[in-house]
Amino acid sequence: MTEAAADNPASPAGSPSPPAPGAAPPLEVRGLVKRYGDLTAVAGVDITVRAGDVYGYLGPNGAGKTTSLRMMLGLIRPTEGSVRLFGRDPQATVRALEGVAGFVEAPTFYPYLPGRRNLELLAAFDGNGASSRIDEALEIVELSHRGGDRVGGYSHGMRQRLGIAAALLRDPKLLLLDEPTTGLDPGGMRDMRVLIRRLAGQGITIVLSSHVLTEVEEVCNRVAIVRTGKIVYEGEIADLKRAAGMSYRLSTTDDERALAVCRAQPGISEVRVKEPDDPGAALSGEAGSRASGQPGRILFTADESAVAELSQALIEAGALIRALAPQTATLEDLFFSLTEDGDRAVAPSDETARAVEAAR
Amino acid sequence: MMPGVATVYRWELFKLRYQKRTYLGLGAAAIVPILFVLAVHFRPDRRGGDFAFSSYLTRSGLAVPLVILLFGAVWMFPLITALVAGDIFASEDHNGTLKTILTRSLDRWQIFAGKALAAGTYAVIAIILSGTVAVIAGSIQSGFNSLQSLSGTIVSAPKALELVYVSLLVYLIPILAIVSIGLLLSAITRNSAAAVVGTLMISLLFQLLGILPGLGGLQPYLLSTQFNAWQGFLRTPTDWAPIIRAAWVCALYGIPALFAAYLVFLRRDVAGG
Repeated sequence: MTEAAADNPASPAGSPSPPAPGAAPPLEVRGLVKRYGDLTAVAGVDITVRAGDVYGYLGPNGAGKTTSLRMMLGLIRPTEGSVRLFGRDPQATVRALEGVAGFVEAPTFYPYLPGRRNLELLAAFDGNGASSRIDEALEIVELSHRGGDRVGGYSHGMRQRLGIAAALLRDPKLLLLDEPTTGLDPGGMRDMRVLIRRLAGQGITIVLSSHVLTEVEEVCNRVAIVRTGKIVYEGEIADLKRAAGMSYRLSTTDDERALAVCRAQPGISEVRVKEPDDPGAALSGEAGSRASGQPGRILFTADESAVAELSQALIEAGALIRALAPQTATLEDLFFSLTEDGDRAVAPSDETARAVEAAR
Repeated sequence: MMPGVATVYRWELFKLRYQKRTYLGLGAAAIVPILFVLAVHFRPDRRGGDFAFSSYLTRSGLAVPLVILLFGAVWMFPLITALVAGDIFASEDHNGTLKTILTRSLDRWQIFAGKALAAGTYAVIAIILSGTVAVIAGSIQSGFNSLQSLSGTIVSAPKALELVYVSLLVYLIPILAIVSIGLLLSAITRNSAAAVVGTLMISLLFQLLGILPGLGGLQPYLLSTQFNAWQGFLRTPTDWAPIIRAAWVCALYGIPALFAAYLVFLRRDVAGG
């Protein structure tokens, strides 16, 4: 990914470069299970992170994200299943973490030591010339001027950035970040996103656990959505949204007639009406009566060529178009559809849920 | 260069320099002999009590470290030792830094070994510091004079000084067993206060067992008894029996505790810190 692309908020990580043939993926998780007595924290996670991915790991609180990340870093042992980092097992040897860095929950340091001393300690524990990268790492996270201060006096945001610096000491090829923007103010969140994009632009594969869906949508190219310890979706964000289908919202001078035209038009499907005060209502057979006399919105799903033909048909039928707008499902829509109970799902829940089911 | 046990050991010692408990323990190790000498100096009759070397307290400063060893075994040295040994793993949990260091390039056994060596080093420094301060303060108070051994023979001042330091080294044998117990409690409880107090309580429990009626048969095998093994060097000829017994009895306490601490640390899930 180019630097320009990396800095463009509208352009997420982009397509990852294809891995070398035969090369083990940076992260491969198969059948990962973690039980604490009767509690199953992780219930069979399968994910594959490819080289160059900026991979979002999404889920509500208690879904098992942090437990999964701990197993990925070798901090806790899986009850079942396996983790491979570039083909190596982190449970077997700490050498498996070569080229891997990151933090789970908040990054932690010795509060009585200055930030730079903490990095010196960690660099000593890393070896491999890590100490020569301290200045550069502090520079990247913009903490050079505070490196001599004790970490106990650092703000939450500064600790988060020091956590990134500590990770960078390892010259990582894979970075695992657990909610790196949690607790940051808006400016800090923006800076962290810019930093993550910059690191991704340098070719580092990133796994990013986050609650901030817009952030994931902005930064990541692929996601896994986890619910109650299980993956409910894994793949490209673009595929997920594409699978959710392109729906349109139509308003005309004569919605009743327009509704009939839509139903008769080839290539137009899932035609329904949504009342302005009832966003979740989806009408079927009785839609016409409910739409009658209302400045309602007609919703339908179609491909682009069918929409063009529909426009022509509406004009010929005398239902002039006031507005015709595509309704694109956001990651947030999809996330809630996948992770919440049906009665809590938000619009456009129906089509999204169906599409997501199809995408699974 | 690849990091190893020496890297962890070096940095653990460095970290100890930044922690208050280090200075609290070493401060106590240094100040208690001074207070003891002051107490002897200001006693109205300037005589010692009814215990080994007590009569020599005002005649030779070299008696002071030996008397400190006698009384320090009850709680002082176990407490000083536990301050660091009981904290060395638990503090990582408290600070949440275990996950930070376990995701670097060192195996857990290397981290364990480095920490255990650092805790042992601290105990050695505390004992040697206390003994040295006692020698200096005692010599200022009572002079650098010859000493009467427990066998009644007079030992020259240089030879007595040598015996003092050899005694300190023997005293380290049970202290290192206490270090191992402290490490175990630190790894198990993950709580510094619980580990420090627990270590001290275990040490005191041994003292209690030693004075309970009907348990005299246990006496030679109690950890508390081994704190007196150094007295074998103060006999003429040297009585090796208590010293050798201290070595294997303390090993029986210390090695399993150390090994258990290692297993706990090696196998634990780092789900919190």
